[in-house]
Amino acid sequence: MPEFFKWLVGGEDIRELSLNVMDVTQNSITAGARLIEITAEEDTVQKLLKIVIRDDGSGMTDEQVEKVTNPFYTTRTTRKVGLGVPFFKMSSEQTGGSFSIVSEPGTGTTVTAVYHTDHIDMTPLGDMNETVLLLVTCNPDLDFIYRRSVDDGAYTLDTRELREVLGGDVPLSSPDVADWIRAYLREQEDSLK
Amino acid sequence: MKSLAELQAIRDKARANMGIREDKTDGVRVVVGMATCGIAAGARPVLSTFVEEVAREKLQDVVVGQTGCIGICQYEPVVEVFEPDRPKTTYVKMTAEKAIKVVHQHLMNGQIVEEYTIGTSGK
Repeated sequence: MPEFFKWLVGGEDIRELSLNVMDVTQNSITAGARLIEITAEEDTVQKLLKIVIRDDGSGMTDEQVEKVTNPFYTTRTTRKVGLGVPFFKMSSEQTGGSFSIVSEPGTGTTVTAVYHTDHIDMTPLGDMNETVLLLVTCNPDLDFIYRRSVDDGAYTLDTRELREVLGGDVPLSSPDVADWIRAYLREQEDSLK
Repeated sequence: MKSLAELQAIRDKARANMGIREDKTDGVRVVVGMATCGIAAGARPVLSTFVEEVAREKLQDVVVGQTGCIGICQYEPVVEVFEPDRPKTTYVKMTAEKAIKVVHQHLMNGQIVEEYTIGTSGK
């Protein structure tokens, strides 16, 4: 199956889970979400990683949920395959982990992927900070909560809190704000190690 | 440690600069395709390079954003530049290095980098 996916995208593959997160979060944005919560929890003893993307977008019917993991289903009209969710699902299941989508029309969608980090087919998490920073600064009208933990160490970035400090007139996309977010994420991530 | 007090200072500085900016009319919009096809082809470093370079050069009239699939997956990473005074420019098979050149030559000096456009590179 992985070979088949690689063929579909001309030999390319998504080599960092943080890129899958960026990709799948795009679906939340398209679904009209106002608040997107991204969680990356690691347990180094159990060797587990859990990634959750939750949104308050338009949601899906059970029938649609069933279809989105099929690469030949897409909401777009520009072409007939949609690989974002199938790639993400594959990345977790190939480690012996699990994947689920829970959704309700009008309420939102929660996508959960669990990984066995010691499995040979584990894809590295990669640069989550870059993904979060780009999502926040390129979608300054949306709110994001990023929760990250490694064992007992944890931190959160909540753009609603930043927005409260910045007021309505200074956007999250301002370069100085982006620098602050970048430095904050780096500092917090380093403190987990 | 990064504190919210620091963020407050950023806000005050930004507000102080705002008066200067508001006189300007429609700005330039740079949009990077960030669907599965774009991301798999390397769109994230292209997007972050645009964000960083535009900030570094203090191009206050340029907004950098992301979009979904533009529909020409074989040319990803694709970047579109929208300007008020001319038709849309579509750059294809972009890289971080090419992004820097587009910022300097196109966004700062108004000259389209023809060799990276779909009309040239797409052939």
